[in-house]
Order: sequence, then C-alpha cells, then structure tokens
Amino acid sequence: MRRMSGFNIVSLTFGLAFLYLPMVVLVIYSFNASKLVTVWAGFSTQWYGELIRDEAFLDAALVTLKVGLISSTIATVLGTMAAWILVRSGRFLGRTLFSGMIYAPLVMPEVITGLSLLLLFIGIDLDRGILTIVLAHTTFSMCYVSVVVSSRLASFDTSLEEAALDLGCTPWQSFRLVTLPIIAPAVISGWLLAFTLSLDDLVIASFAAGPSSTTLPMKIFSAVRLGVSPEINALSTIMIGIVAMGVILFSLMSKRTMIRQQQEERDAARAEA
Amino acid sequence: MPQTVFAPWEDPDEKPLIRFQNVTKKFGDFTAIQSIDLDIYTREFFALLGPSGCGKTTLMRMLAGFETPTTGKILLGGEDIAATPPNKRPVNMMFQSYALFPHLSVWENVAFGLKREGREKDEIATRVADMMRLTRLDKFARRKPHQLSGGQRQRVALARSLAKAPKLLLLDEPLGALDKKLREETQFELMDIQEKTGTTFVIVTHDQEEAMTVASRVAVMDEGQLVQVSTPDRIYEYPNSVYVADFIGDVNIIEGAASQSGDKVLVTWAEGASPLVATSTAMLTKDQHCYLAIRPEKITITAEEPETTNKVHGEIIDIGYLGNISTYHVKLPTGHMVKAQSTNTRRLSRRNFTWEDKVWLSWSDTAAVLLER
Repeated sequence: MRRMSGFNIVSLTFGLAFLYLPMVVLVIYSFNASKLVTVWAGFSTQWYGELIRDEAFLDAALVTLKVGLISSTIATVLGTMAAWILVRSGRFLGRTLFSGMIYAPLVMPEVITGLSLLLLFIGIDLDRGILTIVLAHTTFSMCYVSVVVSSRLASFDTSLEEAALDLGCTPWQSFRLVTLPIIAPAVISGWLLAFTLSLDDLVIASFAAGPSSTTLPMKIFSAVRLGVSPEINALSTIMIGIVAMGVILFSLMSKRTMIRQQQEERDAARAEA
Repeated sequence: MPQTVFAPWEDPDEKPLIRFQNVTKKFGDFTAIQSIDLDIYTREFFALLGPSGCGKTTLMRMLAGFETPTTGKILLGGEDIAATPPNKRPVNMMFQSYALFPHLSVWENVAFGLKREGREKDEIATRVADMMRLTRLDKFARRKPHQLSGGQRQRVALARSLAKAPKLLLLDEPLGALDKKLREETQFELMDIQEKTGTTFVIVTHDQEEAMTVASRVAVMDEGQLVQVSTPDRIYEYPNSVYVADFIGDVNIIEGAASQSGDKVLVTWAEGASPLVATSTAMLTKDQHCYLAIRPEKITITAEEPETTNKVHGEIIDIGYLGNISTYHVKLPTGHMVKAQSTNTRRLSRRNFTWEDKVWLSWSDTAAVLLER
C-alpha cells in the first residue's frame, strides 16, 4: 500500500466527515436513553421497542413499501419500453420530441410535477390514496429507468438479436430470450433506482396522497415538525442499515462476478496458447 | 458420362439455388448494390470478395433477410423470398462477431435454433451432439462463451448456424478474428465440413487468399457491382480487368497501344523499346489503349539475354526475401518498375543475383494477359 501524503489524509477526513458525520450523530442518538434528543443519558434500545409498537409508523412503512414495489415495477416495464423505442426504432416522426419529453421530468422541479399531478387527479375526479401515489411515482421514476436501460441498450450488440431472428425467433421471442436476459442487470438497477426514489420521495407524495395514505417520509416530516423524537432516530437508523447492507451486498456480488469472469477469460486464453 | 468436376454453373439445365435478378439496394442516396444478376448453385462454396464498402455484406444480409432489395428479385429455390422474414427462411448465418449468446452455455447456444422449431428433446440432444462432434466441441458443452478461446468461439458459431441444417449457410468474415495460423487451419476445416454436410456456403471476405482457398467460385465486387464471377484459377489467370488482376495477388501492369494480327497482339509500351507480344481472343482496334498484366512468378530472371519474344533489361533495385520465394524489383531504363519472383531453391548465400545487378526479364507470349480496362 502506498503511503498517503498529509494533504490527502486531510482531504479524505474532511470529505468523509462532511458526508457521514450527520448520520453518525443520528445513529448514536438513536441509542440514547433520554427522551431529550440532545442530552446523552446512557445506552438504551428502548426507542426501537417503542417504534415497533407504534402502529402509525408501521402503517406508513407498509404504504411506502407497497407504493415502492408497485410503482417501481410499472416504471421498469414502461421505462424499458421507452428506452427500447428510443434506441432501436431509428428515426420516426416525433422521435426528438419523444426523447426530449422522456428526459424532461428529470430536470423538472418536483413541486411542479407534484402540483400538475394533483391538478390532473382533481380534474379527472380520482380519489387520492395509494393508487394516486403509485401513479405519481411511476410517472417520474420511469424516466430514470429509461435513462439507465437506454444507455445499456446503446452498447448492445445488435447482431445478437439478428442471430436470434436468424435462428427462428419471432421479434418478441428474441427480446425475451436474448435481449432481456443480457440487459437484465441494467433493468434490475433501473428497478432499484426507481424503488429508492419512491422510498424517499416526500414532495410528490405529499401532493398525490390522500388523508388515508401516508408514506414514511411524510410521516417522519410531520413528526419532526412537532419536535425530533428518539423514535425517529431509531427509524432512520434502521433505514440507513438496510440501505447500507443492500449497497454492500450488491457491490460485493458484482465484484465477485467480475473477478470470476476475468479469471475464466484468462484461463480460456491460456488454454489456446 | 459421370461428371467428375463439380461445375454446375456450366450446365445450362442446372437450376440455381439462389438467383439475384437485377437487384438494386439503396440506403437513402447511397447505392450499395447496383443492378446485380447472380446465380449460386446447390453445394457451392461461393465467395463474395471485395474491399470494405463494396456491398458484399449488404448482398449477404439480403439473403439472410435483414435487408430487402429496393428493386429486383431474390429467388431461393425458385421462390421470391423478399417478403419472408429472417426467422422463416431456410437460411442461417454465421456472424462476424460470432454473436454467441453470452448468457447461454455452448450446448444451449447450439440447441437454440432447434428449440425454436419445437422439436423433440431427444432429437435436439442427438442433433446437438452431432454438431459438437463435427466441430470438435464435445468437451466444452457446459462452458459459457466467455470461457472459450477465439478459435473455440468460432466453432460454436459454426455449429450453431449448421444445427438447423439450413439450405444455405452465410458466413460473414468468419475467420477475421483468428490469427494467421489458426485461420489457415480453419479454412481447411470449413471446406471439410462443407463437403460433409453438403450445405451451400456463401462466404463474405476481404481476404483474397481465403477466398481462393475455400471457394468453388469467387465473385469480385467493387462499388456495388460484380466485376468478375468465376473459379479461383480463372480469376487469377484470366482476370477481366485491371481491377481484378490487381486485387487478386501481385501483378505488373504495363500500359500501351495495341496492334493486332490474328490472335497475336503487339503492344507498343515505351519509345525505343521493342513491342511486347501477347495473345488475345478479343478484337482490338488499331492503337487501342490497353493493359498488359503479367504475374511476377511468370517472369524469368537471367543474367544472359534469353531467346524469348518478350524480354526487357534492367537493374535490381530491391529484393523482398520471403524465405521460400524472393521478389525482385527491377527498374527498366524506361522508368517502369517490374516485379519478378523466383523460388529460392538454393541457400541464400548462393543466390545468383544481388542489388544493382543488371538482369534480363523474360516471359512467353501466353504468360501476359491483355486487358482492355
């Protein structure tokens, strides 16, 4: 290992501290015995226990999970279809307009997206609830999916699809049996992205939600307005834990696959020589 | 009379497997294929040869069904296949990049086409096993494509495209990714497999040696047109144009003006030099501009003046030593540079000629080919 210069050590420390100090504080205070968030009164896990007994939080968590799963799945299907059209159909009437419009929601302020959706739901007289949140989340997260998937499709060797057609596949079979399995990693990361976006969206959900459907971010936000409670700290710690585990697992798995693949390619090359 | 030589193109009663009728293909303003007529016969190993961008790949992709002709017809076994999609054609293709499915094993890759036909499990297993034996892949059935070397991948691609027993197999630069030695081995393997399976092969290549080695007939293409279609030996010995002569192998081209008497043509090529003699069946007008094409290996190098009709005197400027043969670059007093080849039957240290030697180059009157364009 190369020794780092003093400057590098300082920048590394500052960078990490800037990113993670707030979270570390939050995690530490979630184990605080005192009800006062800013006063340390010894180690305790009581807030985790109270969290589990708090039905309002559990309900909100369930709504968030439902919305996340459904909306990210629909967004993945729609986003993949949009990406396919953009990358594969060549030039068609309105292509530039379509591709521009697909990406527009990425840069659109959330407040505007939320407000326009709200107006639409009121306009078509749709009762606000889980359904409207799902629709709203699908709308904005499918753009992200289509960006992720279309960048993978752009580097996809089209001769693979031609080979599938040549061997007797219908276009749909060639997509299902060849294209989809190969671009699956991109589709999955698109789904994960959509799921995460849905999990932590507050603004759009606030516009689209009805009185009976509160998502976790909305719940936390409204709870914090009445004062930060240690329960919220505990809840946030659990969420940080889940996300961190997911990220670590994902990167470990992809790294292992990569190393194995490189090893096998080396072996094959050596066998030839 | 049993015919011993395979030459269905010379039999007027033979029906072609593929017939291109006045086929033109345009991409926007660009004409990739310009009104081509071509017949390819059953069991042929047919090579499409030309520089990149000459339209040979487009021609092949029209056979596979990935492109449709702008005008004209393509008949397969007498039927127009323009409207048939690629998955309904009895044609399979081996792709330049091999296009192996990376998520499937070798076995599954080979079985892919058979499964789409909905055949019985046992039948598929037998057929795949046959293909694997034919291409010597038995040991690799369970590997994924990335676990194979380039040569093995090439064989998987071949096995996969042969598995459905197509009437016609298309090979798009099949050996382009292999190194020279493996490529030469594989050429003979390909010919062997073609003979065993009796499939009609159409190969696209820019490598003239490859085309000459494997093909029963070669079509030389340039800018969307067929320049010459013939057997390898006729293409080499009797090219119909300077383009073909120059594209296939090494050649000396001497320009001049013709004067014909019978089948002998005198070519005046430089002032003060005696005219060169060639034979030609074509009828040339007096003083018509023409080209003499002489292959370097048909030129003899001697120190003394020989007794032949065509001879020129010059000085050796350069020697290209290739081990088995040497190419001598000889400069004539007229400024022409002529290449002559001789086999190195003796050791290098005992070579007869060296740089700056004055030598005579000579060839017979049938060695040179007279070309009008």
